[in-house]
Amino acid sequence: MNENTLTLDHLSEGKTAKVTNLLSSGSMRRRLQDIGLIEGTQVECLQKSPAGDPIAFLIRGAVIALRSEDSSNILVEC
Amino acid sequence: MGLTSHSTGIKAVDNGLHIVKEDENERIVALAGNPNVGKSTVFNELTGLNQHTGNWPGKTVTNAQGKCRYKDTGFIMVDIPGTYSLMAHSAEEEVARDFICFGGPEAVIVVCDATCLERNMNLVLQTLEITDNVVVCVNLMDEAKKKKIRIDFDQLEQNLGVPVVGVSARSGKGLDGMMDRLLEVIENKEERHPFRIKYTAPIEKAIGILQPLVEEQLEGALDSRWITLKLIDRDETLMHTLHEQLGYELAELPQIAEGIEQARNSLEEDGIELEKLQDNIVSCIVLSAEGICLDSVFFDRCNYNARDRKIDKILTSKWTGIPVMLLMLAVIFWITITGANYPSQLLSDGLFWVEDRLSEFFMWIGAPVWLHDMLVLGIYRVLAWVVAVMLPPMAIFFPLFTLLEDLGYLPRVAFNLDKYFKKACACGKQALTMCMGFGCNAAGIVGCRIIDSPRERLIAMITNNFVPCNGRFPTLIAIISMFFIGAAAGVFQSALSTLLLTGVIVLGVVMTFLVSKLLSKTILKGIPSSFTLELPPYRRPQIGKVLVRSIVDRTLFVLGRAVMIAAPAGLIIWILANIQVGDMSILAHCTSFLDPFGKLLGMDGVIIMAFILGFPANEIVIPIMIMAYMATGSLSDYQSLSQLKDILVGNGWTWVTAVSTMLFSLMHWPCSTTCLTIRKESQSWKWTLVSFAIPTVMGILICFLFASAMRLLGLA
Repeated sequence: MNENTLTLDHLSEGKTAKVTNLLSSGSMRRRLQDIGLIEGTQVECLQKSPAGDPIAFLIRGAVIALRSEDSSNILVEC
Repeated sequence: MGLTSHSTGIKAVDNGLHIVKEDENERIVALAGNPNVGKSTVFNELTGLNQHTGNWPGKTVTNAQGKCRYKDTGFIMVDIPGTYSLMAHSAEEEVARDFICFGGPEAVIVVCDATCLERNMNLVLQTLEITDNVVVCVNLMDEAKKKKIRIDFDQLEQNLGVPVVGVSARSGKGLDGMMDRLLEVIENKEERHPFRIKYTAPIEKAIGILQPLVEEQLEGALDSRWITLKLIDRDETLMHTLHEQLGYELAELPQIAEGIEQARNSLEEDGIELEKLQDNIVSCIVLSAEGICLDSVFFDRCNYNARDRKIDKILTSKWTGIPVMLLMLAVIFWITITGANYPSQLLSDGLFWVEDRLSEFFMWIGAPVWLHDMLVLGIYRVLAWVVAVMLPPMAIFFPLFTLLEDLGYLPRVAFNLDKYFKKACACGKQALTMCMGFGCNAAGIVGCRIIDSPRERLIAMITNNFVPCNGRFPTLIAIISMFFIGAAAGVFQSALSTLLLTGVIVLGVVMTFLVSKLLSKTILKGIPSSFTLELPPYRRPQIGKVLVRSIVDRTLFVLGRAVMIAAPAGLIIWILANIQVGDMSILAHCTSFLDPFGKLLGMDGVIIMAFILGFPANEIVIPIMIMAYMATGSLSDYQSLSQLKDILVGNGWTWVTAVSTMLFSLMHWPCSTTCLTIRKESQSWKWTLVSFAIPTVMGILICFLFASAMRLLGLA
């Protein structure tokens, strides 16, 4: 694993990264693909919710909140 | 929180889609689009209807239809639920796809969000795979302009090969232009050449093998390329619908089955398994969307979302998110409580003045006493109470709440609270259905369709009743105003009442979490499923429209419902109170029978009776109590609302009674409409019964504990 590779839930606020691998499966995988999150997509971590989870991300111009279980299945590269 | 006669009451029970053409020339047009792009606003502007709108994804969960005329052509517009794709991953997507594909629309308007066009292109491209008759309506141009997003429509139209029109539906701008292009699409029989997604070479090769066979079989009835792709892709739900439509199993015809086999073999030779095929298909669509927008959408300011992010920093951050949420709730309650007092008084003065005139009129025409008593003291008085007590708080609370909804705040509530829902093994979107419950629990339960997991959807349905709906909310306010504000509403008292009401609502939310967790650990076992929640851009609320709509619409609605339910209820109460069996009236028999049970819960027989009779609609609970108390004769005359408290106190109410009644109002069985809706949505009497029993048992338990504790402490 590249040293700059991390799971999306560990991306710090305000940072942008590129999706390298989508590990989610089943309906979540398809849902993420529907909103345009595929390998190569740029994702920015915007803000954590008051309890720290879920986290809001900027994905193709839309703000989407993901739970940590789901964002930890998305590998990104800074 | 759609509180109109169409979204509440029995009409909230969705009965599927049945299109009735008034004449043969009417054109059926489908309105598709991503969630929260303003489809319903476009729909309302075109049809003059009042489909509920608001700034959050998933408001429209049922197909709605309406008619409009443009340049002598009649249209039937069908507003289908918002979806991100047509791949039928969820129930709404299946509904949307089936309607576009088999519902017989002559054209599809795909409504897009101009501020997020690239993502919206995904759906446009998928729609173009099914039909050529598409008009792309780029809505929210006003928002895009503010964010300095520039769209080159000529280029976009050239890229897509179908008409593309920019509109601002909220102000109605551009809609005529869109209708012109729609007519052009419907009337122009010329071949169009819409954009076709080009898949990777192995996929194209596989399509090439199967498509001629499918083409031959379907004879142009459906788009053969699209069906071919779905056949290779093993789209079960489409095959199922296709079977219903064609009357035979397409994939099982020998020549087709053989073709599918060959196509799949070809893909496998190229190293593409099923999972990878789906990935490749999606990637091709997403990359095509990217390409289409590359030379037609321009962002002149890179931090175009800066303002939204600043607001989010306040409304959803670690330190301020939840306090601001509670504060906002409290401010709304404070305005409602203090503001409702005066008009309530005014209304009751007016309505009881009318009662006196009615009495005089009955005397003047020489009507028998029993008729006067039945109509005026029975029916009219209950109606008057309903209107005086219920109307003002609603007329203040709902516009305020709708403003928050229009602004885009509700999804932020879901965002803030999701962690707690996750701990209860439930879905964060349940917060949205709870907000709808404030308007009407039946509407909230229909709204539960936005939750994908069936288990989490059931939890949301069963617990929705812990949010007080428009029928119970004013009951709470009325009791608080009487027992805690008093006649002189000082700053301290009104702050106290606000705190109390906020406390009751928070208690309802806490109960929701507790019961959700309980359900997840017992009869609805399971782990929280994954979810995505879109946080839409903030939009300036249309204050004028909100005020007019929520007051006029809801006032009329409330009055209508009051007449429909309170009038017969008033009649029944009057009859029960005036027919003597033995030495007591029937009503007295009932209430004295219920009295020991009521006392155990800190209330009395009359209150329990009122809740039971209030099963058709919670609005009438307080009026029934008052009628019953007056009928049992401790106070037979009154002139104003302030005497309401005297009536109650005269019948043994203390603040403990008041609190118990509020608790029981928050937690008891759902009203009849809500029960019917649960039956309809869950397709099961068992879950309806569970939804009935759980709040009831909780309410009895908590009232009993509260009353007992107060008795022990010597406060009762």
